[in-house]
Amino acid sequence: MTTETKTPRAGDAAGRPPSTTAPPTREKPKSWTGLWFVLPFTAMYVLFLVWPTILGLYYSFTDRSLTGRPTSWIGLDNWTEVFGDERAWDALWNTAVFTVYSAVPLVVIALVLALLVNRARKMGWFLRMAFFAPFILPVSVVTMIWIWMYQPDGGLINDFLQNTLGVQDSAEPTLWLSDEGTAMWSVVITTVWWTVGFNFLLYLAALQTIPKDVYESSSMDGANWWQQLWGITLPLLKRTTALVIVLQLIASLRIFDQMYLMTGGGPNRATEVAIHYIYISGFEGYRIGYASALSYVLFVLIMIVSIVQFRLFARKEG
Amino acid sequence: MTTMQERPRTADSDGGRTIKRNRRRITAGSAIVYASAFVLALVWLIPLLWALSTSLKTETDASLGQEIRWIPPEWSLEGYRTLFERGDHLVWMVNSTVVSTIVTILTLVLCVLAAYGFSRFDFPGRKFIFAAIIAGLMVPPQALIIPLFDIVTTLNLGDTYWGLALPQVVAPVMVFILKRFFDGVPRDYEEAAKLDGAGHLRVLWSVIVPLSGPIVAAVGIFTFIGSWNNFLWPLLIATDPSMMTLPVGLGVVAGGYGLFYAQNMAAAVLGALPLLIVFMLFQKQIVKGVAGVGLK
Repeated sequence: MTTETKTPRAGDAAGRPPSTTAPPTREKPKSWTGLWFVLPFTAMYVLFLVWPTILGLYYSFTDRSLTGRPTSWIGLDNWTEVFGDERAWDALWNTAVFTVYSAVPLVVIALVLALLVNRARKMGWFLRMAFFAPFILPVSVVTMIWIWMYQPDGGLINDFLQNTLGVQDSAEPTLWLSDEGTAMWSVVITTVWWTVGFNFLLYLAALQTIPKDVYESSSMDGANWWQQLWGITLPLLKRTTALVIVLQLIASLRIFDQMYLMTGGGPNRATEVAIHYIYISGFEGYRIGYASALSYVLFVLIMIVSIVQFRLFARKEG
Repeated sequence: MTTMQERPRTADSDGGRTIKRNRRRITAGSAIVYASAFVLALVWLIPLLWALSTSLKTETDASLGQEIRWIPPEWSLEGYRTLFERGDHLVWMVNSTVVSTIVTILTLVLCVLAAYGFSRFDFPGRKFIFAAIIAGLMVPPQALIIPLFDIVTTLNLGDTYWGLALPQVVAPVMVFILKRFFDGVPRDYEEAAKLDGAGHLRVLWSVIVPLSGPIVAAVGIFTFIGSWNNFLWPLLIATDPSMMTLPVGLGVVAGGYGLFYAQNMAAAVLGALPLLIVFMLFQKQIVKGVAGVGLK
């Protein structure tokens, strides 16, 4: 803050081309100083990220148990068991179902809300707060409220369906969370309410960067609102949509909290997802080795999606 | 809906400055937009309002089978009182505050140091270490819970604040974000400070960090919220109810409050409050931070 001048110092810039793209590190010869800055984080990183990654792979070839009995190498036994384990496949399937069910509304509703709020500028603050506030709530607060609303007898939702809309027979209330047909959807609805605000903000930010003259010139050509949406807005939002979808996929593959709290994986395992089964194998079945093998399957799946995301980011940089 | 062109579009998302362009006319299109946005916002607020309403009823009025009434027939703090008499809610709140504060401070210190190191120095192994940390962006922490649990219990950190906090400190994405920002900070300022005899740490603390205020604040706020809301890790590590964080306590213990819905919703309202306050205070930074994910 002591100098305002942008002119390069004479001694500093002499003999070097003024390059803006060269990495900053070129300016200094190698020394050990930088390592001291990086070391604390790297140490934690190795202990709590690299080491568990390696350890998990190793455990997947052992019969390690939470009970503390000696661990022995059992080769590929866990892995062959994983691939033959129907419950594991069901859990993966449920994860995929949740991902698909939730991704579509989470993208579409977010976009609709953003388009609305982008035009309703005068209520901007209130609208942003209303749609985004749920996102910052702890998951258990969200599930407590929704379990209360989903109560079959006298819960807010069934009451609305019975007494306001009159589409539900009060003798046969919908058992939202304990019916195999509705449990997954109930969790999806809660999740959409909880997290759509994040995607909404991403879209809103992208919308606000679109210069207004783009619309003006097309209006002069006689394009109406609908044509502008499909011809200008949506194409310009393509990258944001790609980002939203990929982030959504990664988040959905990691789903656990809502199921654990709302349905406990039930009824009849209809909402048991991958992390939940890992949790059950490891902490209820005490099988660290087997749970590690399961973890690695999920790990690889998320990794694949993440690589797609990474490439998306990389292209953006370039 | 065909009168789009009359609507002033400003790139000003804050709505702070008033830009006088074409005078706004109330058209059918904008009336529909405002009306539907308002109705949707109300729908979105229903669960929160219903929780608040329930929490202010007597247990009798809040119980199932009662007529749905948004305004409590008899205002009551019974639910809140029972909650405070139990006392555990307060313990969880303290635990969450302690853990999230540790996580936030450590994350900020470690990530700022690392980002500065990567941004300003060349040292043996720099490229390798940075690549390894970037690779960590793709590792899902949830898939590491089993070995991580094993490591933390081996270190005897089960049911401790450090066991809850330390594994959450490792956030490669924050290093990445900060480094990228530091890379863009002009070097002139720090050269000047160095000429004045300031050491590297001093330059970092009194030049780089102040110049990066908004991004450092955003990293801090998001780390705090993320840690406060973390559920899976504290669920595994805190088995003793007195060590539980708020989300775990609410989910595991308060879930057993049974059919006392006034008390239940009082717990939910109080559970929502701390972060709603954080959100109100830092709304601008939070909104910008999320937007930054997409605009970077």
